[in-house]
Amino acid sequence: MSTAKAGREPFFSAKTKKLLLGPLNKENPITVQILGICSALAITVKLEPAVVMSISVIAVTAMSNLIISMLRNTIPPRIRIIVQLVVIAGLVILVDQVLKAYMYDVSKQLSVFVGLIITNCIIMGRLEAFAMANKPVDSFIDGIGNGLGYGLILIIVAFFRELLGSGTLYGYKVIPEGLYEMGYTDNGLMILPPAALIVVGIIIWVQRSKNPDLQEDN
Amino acid sequence: MYSNAYIFKYASIMVILVAAILSAAALLLQPAQERNVKIEKIQDILRSAHIPSTTANAEELYRKHIIREIVINEQGDELSVYSNGSFEKGDIRAFDVEVRAQQKIKKEKLAGKTTQEPVYPLFVCQKDNDTLYIIPVYGTGLWGPIWGNIALKSDLNTIVGATYGHKGETPGLGAEIATSEFADQFIDKTIFNNNGQFVSVAVVKGGVAGSNVEISHGVDAISGGTITSVGVDNMIEHSIENYVPYFKKIKAI
Repeated sequence: MSTAKAGREPFFSAKTKKLLLGPLNKENPITVQILGICSALAITVKLEPAVVMSISVIAVTAMSNLIISMLRNTIPPRIRIIVQLVVIAGLVILVDQVLKAYMYDVSKQLSVFVGLIITNCIIMGRLEAFAMANKPVDSFIDGIGNGLGYGLILIIVAFFRELLGSGTLYGYKVIPEGLYEMGYTDNGLMILPPAALIVVGIIIWVQRSKNPDLQEDN
Repeated sequence: MYSNAYIFKYASIMVILVAAILSAAALLLQPAQERNVKIEKIQDILRSAHIPSTTANAEELYRKHIIREIVINEQGDELSVYSNGSFEKGDIRAFDVEVRAQQKIKKEKLAGKTTQEPVYPLFVCQKDNDTLYIIPVYGTGLWGPIWGNIALKSDLNTIVGATYGHKGETPGLGAEIATSEFADQFIDKTIFNNNGQFVSVAVVKGGVAGSNVEISHGVDAISGGTITSVGVDNMIEHSIENYVPYFKKIKAI
């Protein structure tokens, strides 16, 4: 009889799907909640650091959500922010050490920004808003979803900035030499941080024009 | 409500646990991290001699091109020579000598605080039938340490290549010292004048042209990066001067 399992929901229920995929679009941390903008500006000049940063953030949000959710009933409310910070800081240092050991060049490019994942508002935001009140598995999926949503925007921004700013993608030349000989030049603005704001702005514009529920009525 | 005792216990256990995990990770990953730092140092040395390398082939190229590692003292005597994987003399590898530590010893010795003698590393590089001498340099910029490698031709006077690195100079200003645009200015500059006196290569604010520094002994400073440029200037002078007695000795032979 399946009634014994009545209390359990199937693994890929509509709810889990929403947790995982919602942040990719309508609940995107960067374009809708405008969180984590600072690192989105700093490390999106090239695709490779953006990809590594995204994976790092996914790992940290997912793991910290999981850990905090497992501890949520034991954490004294008065020191919950400190507990959250200790968990995040521990995970971030771990990620930083692993990058230094196995991806040294990328770790040099990301430099302080790996350390600054600690202050990435997305992570603290998810811990406070979700992990403190939900079950571990849901929290873990929520963490992955939000990390993905952050990473998606990062990678889109980095794609355009690297293509237009350096004429390469993931370090490989994609714009043919011939075009440069005809007088095409890379756009220097794309290498500078303000270009990321422009690209993020365009993404927000496209997203809102496609999603009427995101538009505020004035 | 949680009691204060619970909160204290909770916090202490939590922190100790996290600290233990992090220490374990740091210990486990240390060998891989040290290897990366070593390869970076090798690549910097090779780059100053214009030998392109990747992380994969850096060690092999280093063995092929760097034919001798020499450690000298302030009087210009060879303390140890390391070549082809074995010591011909002494027992210090130039590669393991930290320029920063030696400069500290030099300073303390001048102040009379220590009787230890500073030693200086020198790399001899064989490239296209020419012998290059590579000098690691170390100094202070605006926000933190700056360093580099300077490769001299076999005449021990003309610079064939230079590379610089920094810990955290201002991006777009002082940090420009790490670009090849800045470093390549040093190519073909000379460190001795026509009378054989050591004059170093000056980094001139406002540009060498129109200053009283001879064009063969100066390069242009970085606009907006004056303190870093002065740092590079001092770094080169104070690092290379330690090798002058040695160079004079080999030239005399």
